[in-house]
Amino acid sequence: MNKLLNWVDERLPVVDAWNKHVGKYYAPKNFNVWYFFGSLAMLVLVNQLVTGIWLTMSYNPTAEGAFASVEYIMRDVQWGWLLRYLHSTGASAFFVVVYCHMFRGLMYGSYKKPRELIWIFGMLIYLVLMAEAFMGYLLPWGQMSYWGAQVIINLFGAIPLIGDDLSLWIRGDYLISGITLNRFFALHVVALPIVLLGLVVLHILALHEVGSNNPDGIDIKKNKDENGIPKDGIPFHPYYTVHDLMGVGVFLFVFFIVVFFFPEMGGLFLEAPNFEPANNLKTPDHIAPVWYFTPFYAMLRAVTIDLFGLDAKFWGVVVMGGAIAILFVLPWLDKSPVRSMRYKGIFSKVALTLFVISFVVLGYLGIVPATEARTTLAQILTTIYFLYFILMPFYTRMEKTKSVPERVTG
Amino acid sequence: MKKLIVGLFISLLPALTLAAVASAPLDNMEPDHANKASLQRGAALFTNYCMGCHSMEYARYKRVSEDLGIPAKLYEENLIFTGAKIGELMKNSMNKDMAADWFGAPPPDLTLESRLRGEDWIYSYLRGFYKDDSRPLGVNNVVFENVGMPHVMADLQGLCAVEPRIGVDPSVDPLSGDIRNGEVCPEWETEGSMSPQEFNSAMYDLTNFMSYMGDPVKLERERLGMFALIFVAIFFIFAYLLNREYWKDIH
Repeated sequence: MNKLLNWVDERLPVVDAWNKHVGKYYAPKNFNVWYFFGSLAMLVLVNQLVTGIWLTMSYNPTAEGAFASVEYIMRDVQWGWLLRYLHSTGASAFFVVVYCHMFRGLMYGSYKKPRELIWIFGMLIYLVLMAEAFMGYLLPWGQMSYWGAQVIINLFGAIPLIGDDLSLWIRGDYLISGITLNRFFALHVVALPIVLLGLVVLHILALHEVGSNNPDGIDIKKNKDENGIPKDGIPFHPYYTVHDLMGVGVFLFVFFIVVFFFPEMGGLFLEAPNFEPANNLKTPDHIAPVWYFTPFYAMLRAVTIDLFGLDAKFWGVVVMGGAIAILFVLPWLDKSPVRSMRYKGIFSKVALTLFVISFVVLGYLGIVPATEARTTLAQILTTIYFLYFILMPFYTRMEKTKSVPERVTG
Repeated sequence: MKKLIVGLFISLLPALTLAAVASAPLDNMEPDHANKASLQRGAALFTNYCMGCHSMEYARYKRVSEDLGIPAKLYEENLIFTGAKIGELMKNSMNKDMAADWFGAPPPDLTLESRLRGEDWIYSYLRGFYKDDSRPLGVNNVVFENVGMPHVMADLQGLCAVEPRIGVDPSVDPLSGDIRNGEVCPEWETEGSMSPQEFNSAMYDLTNFMSYMGDPVKLERERLGMFALIFVAIFFIFAYLLNREYWKDIH
């Protein structure tokens, strides 16, 4: 066995790679519960890839056959129902863990220097994930698949001059048709997963280059022992591998409760209108995107005024795009001398709390039909969402921070 | 920080209770896929009263016969009218274009109706027909206004002369002690062969069958789910102990 390893190692640096990324990757010893979500995201990614491959074996990507083939998977394919529910629940679970992972980053300042690139790769992953989820949702070819895609693709039509041609180009047809389904299928199962995997590799390579942040936001590399090992660092393997196994256990428990007992999650993960085949002559009463898009959908609907001769819808798209784009520059908006929320001042704490509340409530508002009062609320919350970022350079500089300890506090 | 986390989860709660947009009030119906006798009666009703127009084209006869415990031979003799083999999909022979001419819209496939509209809706709809001479077929429905479907079970239920009370709880009149709104239909145009209670029970069976058809794997899924959860729980105990063993020298 050792001989084989040596033989390979002389030709490929497997031992080096193992040590750099796992065996001698020193992670801070004070990770808390929020640090489970990175490895859980990997777990869900693997789940999506594996179940996705098997679903592809029985799925028929045509307008005539897609809906029936999904029911074929659910009824006639051995364990098909389990594969599909793992995949559909996995899609929502992916966003749950990614949102928790991002919240962790916001809370402990994991985006701050020198981790800007990690944050940007992470944001790109989030962006690709949204595209992946959006295109995957068209594939069952149900009513909500169809009309949800219709609404989102039509957003591109709001762009002046090129809008109509752009949405035509995306659809490949004058309305969403089998052609759109085919290209979304190709992008969903081949193109985007490749991009996603590449970005995940970059995300982790960049992380392992600079090292992990921690709940105290302390640079553990400043305090090394005589062997050059950070005093507050422990090897990722075995300490965090066994630690993450516990997280996997808890996660799978919750995940399986949904998969086996509430696969529709009350209409949140699988929407009821999607049990009717797509029909371009019949618009559902109420079109709502899946829950993970709804905060942005609520922002889109919150914009109701025409400006500079351009449609409110266009400005809605700008706001929606801006809400995601602004996250990319976050590392340069935070001027605080400390990373972690533990040592930031009261302004940062209040700002983050308001931000989280506005995001969650916007998510709720994006699911329910709009009323006048709800639109007003959405407008206020959208403003809060943006103020969190726009005012960050000021409140992070103005507030009084606590002094950061030399060593991690456990 | 703890407060922040708790606050986050509390603010997530409304999203979890979210249900479909409510419209007409409905009667409650709790499906029971383990009640095979009910499912068998429902299958018989569906085949005799619905399948002439409504297919269940995503499901196969064989699966139904197996899951419901109806012997294949018996099933073929009594519950397949189209000459189909038992392994085939449950289609019917109605021409969709002609059906659209007859009813205004082709009768929809009903395999997934219970998941599209829910059991409460089906149970209420089936009992919601009443006489309305302004409609082409002489009937209307309180749950599905101006529906194109005739009241195919009028010989069983009878025809209600006024709008039936669906989704209305019976109440006791405080002065006379009479029960109000106790019956679905207070006034009959024609009587059916079943009593209102018998018809309710028959429609329960039919709805139960449609619920099963929408989600045939439910019982098996929940049975396996228990094992999956027990497995994960045991896995967690070992993961926890392993973690504790490794971490005891980290301070």
